[in-house]
Amino acid sequence: MNWLWSNLDLVGELMLTHLALSVPAIILSFVISVPIGWIAHRYRWSRGVLLSLCGLLYAIPSLALLIALPIVTGQRTTSPINLVIALTLYGIAVIVRTAADAFDAVEPDVRQSATAIGYSAAGRFWGVELPLAGPVLLSGLRVVIVSTVSLATIGAVIGVQSLGSLFTDGLQRGIQAEIITGIVATMVLAIGLDWASVAIGRMLMPWWRPSAAERRRTLDRVERVDAA
Amino acid sequence: MNLLLDGIAWILDPANWTGVGSIPERIAQHLAISATVLVISALIALPIGTLVGHTGRGKELVVTVSGGLRALPTLGLLTLLALWLGIGLQAPIIALVVLALPPLLAGAYSGLESVDRRTVDAARAMGMREGQIIGKVEVPLGMPIIVGGIRSATLQIIATATLAAYIADDGLGRFIFAGLKTRDYAEMLGGSILVILLALAIDGLFAIIQRLVVPAGVRATRTRELRSRPPRPRAVVGRPITEGNPE
Repeated sequence: MNWLWSNLDLVGELMLTHLALSVPAIILSFVISVPIGWIAHRYRWSRGVLLSLCGLLYAIPSLALLIALPIVTGQRTTSPINLVIALTLYGIAVIVRTAADAFDAVEPDVRQSATAIGYSAAGRFWGVELPLAGPVLLSGLRVVIVSTVSLATIGAVIGVQSLGSLFTDGLQRGIQAEIITGIVATMVLAIGLDWASVAIGRMLMPWWRPSAAERRRTLDRVERVDAA
Repeated sequence: MNLLLDGIAWILDPANWTGVGSIPERIAQHLAISATVLVISALIALPIGTLVGHTGRGKELVVTVSGGLRALPTLGLLTLLALWLGIGLQAPIIALVVLALPPLLAGAYSGLESVDRRTVDAARAMGMREGQIIGKVEVPLGMPIIVGGIRSATLQIIATATLAAYIADDGLGRFIFAGLKTRDYAEMLGGSILVILLALAIDGLFAIIQRLVVPAGVRATRTRELRSRPPRPRAVVGRPITEGNPE
């Protein structure tokens, strides 16, 4: 505990750095995957290709990706941008499948009714399909939030500052409290962002009342992402 | 592009293929660690997951525990265990087992849960004992999903076994950390490429296994229609004529 009190500002600073790494990656991966998921839903031929690509991406070990990515991006291995790109790629790999499922789950009758009352294709997407797919999209986003925040710590072993630095530093100097602080801080951050995403979801989708059953389904989805 | 060529040149360099810490030796170590961890964690997780999936009891608990484990940062667990247990293989193996549990549990119970309850009831009505229902009905039918869980656990293990080299002098990750120390990007990249290839090869292998474990009876009745229902019922529903070619 003493270690924590005397290093409170270091932990705070690293939490902010960690947020600066993970939040852009989470937002980027969400924004990029929703259209890809919609394409996978809309054009059947693309579904297999897109989802397999995402599966392959997900199979690539993170540390190896961090080191191999600079070949493509031209960034240095140790640059935060490199880490953000890697985290974004993993996020995309997770959300695209969920996004495709989310759009699939919109009732065809509803879609046709929207067309019948005069929605254009774009208007239908923004006004009908996206809001109805919202809850499932959110469940995918929550999976990504937790995994991204936890994954961002890996960067520490190759020298990208984050809460993971507490692990590498704690190991080198043999300070157990430092590592435990890092673990707790990472989990607090993940849970906090998860709550924030649910709060934003409630705000944007006021009709959405996650019942106990639905919450359980969200958890199921998490498991299915795992098993897929 | 030169960087990539350097990395490939490093892999192809004959000097890296012989002696202590050669590429084949590291790959063998990597696979040995991964296999050990997979066996240990499967022995723990698969029976529990099967029981939970069969009885439906304790699901909430399993979901909560595996959700919590997911938020646990790998590197944190690894370094903490290394501090407690010292440098060596013990810490990485325990950390990897802990990380492999959630996908294995999830695969096992969602595999059993995916089986149609009516099928299970029918099996029970025919007089099968609970053990027989699990072994002859639920496990075979849920096998593709169970293997899916094993697949993602294995990928997770292989990926994290790379990190194990941070603690122990073992596995392909050694190249990455050695290269990092000497600022030898070719070695780091070569090691990374090897890890990526290994992971993709194992993933491909599991993709094939996942197809093979579908019971013959299920495969025979399964239509090739994998997409969702058409938006409206079609007026004419027929099977395509294959002109005597069995499909």
